[in-house]
Amino acid sequence: MNSDSGMTHAIKLDHLQRDRVRMDVESEEIAITVNDLSLYYGDSQALNNISIKIPKNRVTAFIGPSGCGKSTLLRCFNRMNDLIDGVRIEGEINIYGENIFDKSVNVADLRRNVGMVFQKPNPFPKSIYENVAYGLRIQGVNNRRVLDEAVEKALKAAAIWDEVKDRLQESAMGMSGGQQQRLVIARSIAIEPEVLLLDEPASALDPISTLKIEELIYELKSEYTIVIVTHNMQQAARVSDYTAFMYMGDMIEYSDTNTIFTNPSKKQTEDYITGRYG
Amino acid sequence: MEKGDIGHHISKQYNAELDELRNRVLAMGGLIEKQISDAVLALAEADRELAEQVIKTDYQVNAMEVNIDEECIQILARRQPAASDLRLIVAVIKTITDLERIGDQAEKVARMGLRLAEEERPKDNYLELQNMGKLVQEMLNHALDAFARMDVEAAIKVAHQDLNVDNQYESIMRQRITHMMEDPRSITRSLDVMWASRALERIGDHARNISEYVIYLVKGKDVRHTSLEQMEKTALDQLK
Repeated sequence: MNSDSGMTHAIKLDHLQRDRVRMDVESEEIAITVNDLSLYYGDSQALNNISIKIPKNRVTAFIGPSGCGKSTLLRCFNRMNDLIDGVRIEGEINIYGENIFDKSVNVADLRRNVGMVFQKPNPFPKSIYENVAYGLRIQGVNNRRVLDEAVEKALKAAAIWDEVKDRLQESAMGMSGGQQQRLVIARSIAIEPEVLLLDEPASALDPISTLKIEELIYELKSEYTIVIVTHNMQQAARVSDYTAFMYMGDMIEYSDTNTIFTNPSKKQTEDYITGRYG
Repeated sequence: MEKGDIGHHISKQYNAELDELRNRVLAMGGLIEKQISDAVLALAEADRELAEQVIKTDYQVNAMEVNIDEECIQILARRQPAASDLRLIVAVIKTITDLERIGDQAEKVARMGLRLAEEERPKDNYLELQNMGKLVQEMLNHALDAFARMDVEAAIKVAHQDLNVDNQYESIMRQRITHMMEDPRSITRSLDVMWASRALERIGDHARNISEYVIYLVKGKDVRHTSLEQMEKTALDQLK
């Protein structure tokens, strides 16, 4: 009986043991804090007063329609937007407690700590080995043994070691797109950054390579804080712990991924992830 | 989510699929409502033919359940629904399970009707079972209405109604125990009446379950295994 008169057998919701504990940003260690960030391309504003906390050792996904500002926001994290003329930024971004827009910040150091992988794999026209060793070499590491070790470690972490270990001296340009993308990820993690930014890392890849990248993202989060921008909502649902939905330069909703994909609180989010027009 | 909004997808085909799914659930619900009222009527009027018909119709209910399930699996596989669409599919899968079980209970009532038709009949033609039958049929009707209109308040009303059903069930039990003590010859008949009332009571529980799925569908909150007060609080406190 579902009777309420005989409530002795009914379990109170609060006492019902739930296997899945809801994730909450507030209880996480925070890697990146964005405070009231606005970005202008000339006169037009691309980001409107964005504030968000990105937790350490988690995967955070930015989703939203084209032109919503998700890539722009991602590019702020390692100051890639500095390279674009006419960009003006207000507000601040703290990464591990340091304001990255501070004059004392060395942008090269910042980008060493905050690695980035783009949509289209961009290996250097060099051997597989040299691609991965590149970052260390420009840091002045030339000891063969140290480099060998670092290259192997990075390629293993990027789940591509088994596929390339016998052809390390071959050109990276001869690899498949999926392999190139994992090589590029190996290249970024060889210098052990703290944060890894992924801008549509799998959108140019076939489904199997995409799954390999997603699997890799899952493995990497124990070592790195990962922020991913993706058009593929199912991908965000599969790989991320937290999801932020952006629209026209606004951060509409930011919550744990389960909530966003089962019960979002904003209608705009709902319309976007269910494929409705607003 | 706007009330009853399963449309407005960019894919018109998807709208049509979800709309069709909802209609099929309501059609199944309609058939089962009729099963309940026919079963109770057959019992009240000692109408063997009608009782047989209720028993025979159960296969249709089962077929509907299987087909709707299949439709849901197709949509899950092909559309990867999210948010309210996902909740609709989950609610449908659960709702039709309860509907199918209601069908089984209606069949039980019809079978008791067949047995009671053989026995001596009370003057009131089992008025207490008729009343209880009317009540649970109404509950199911309201639960399906709440589902169709995505109406949380209506769903909560269904849960309230379940209390009345439970009270009536208790009262039939007490009454029958008295009968059996007074006149042992009436035991067979009383047991059949108790089985029938038990089946009707279960229908009330299933209708309440459906109303809980409606709350999940609309609010995204799981209110199963909670008290009525908690259910109301959870369902109503959060306004979108």
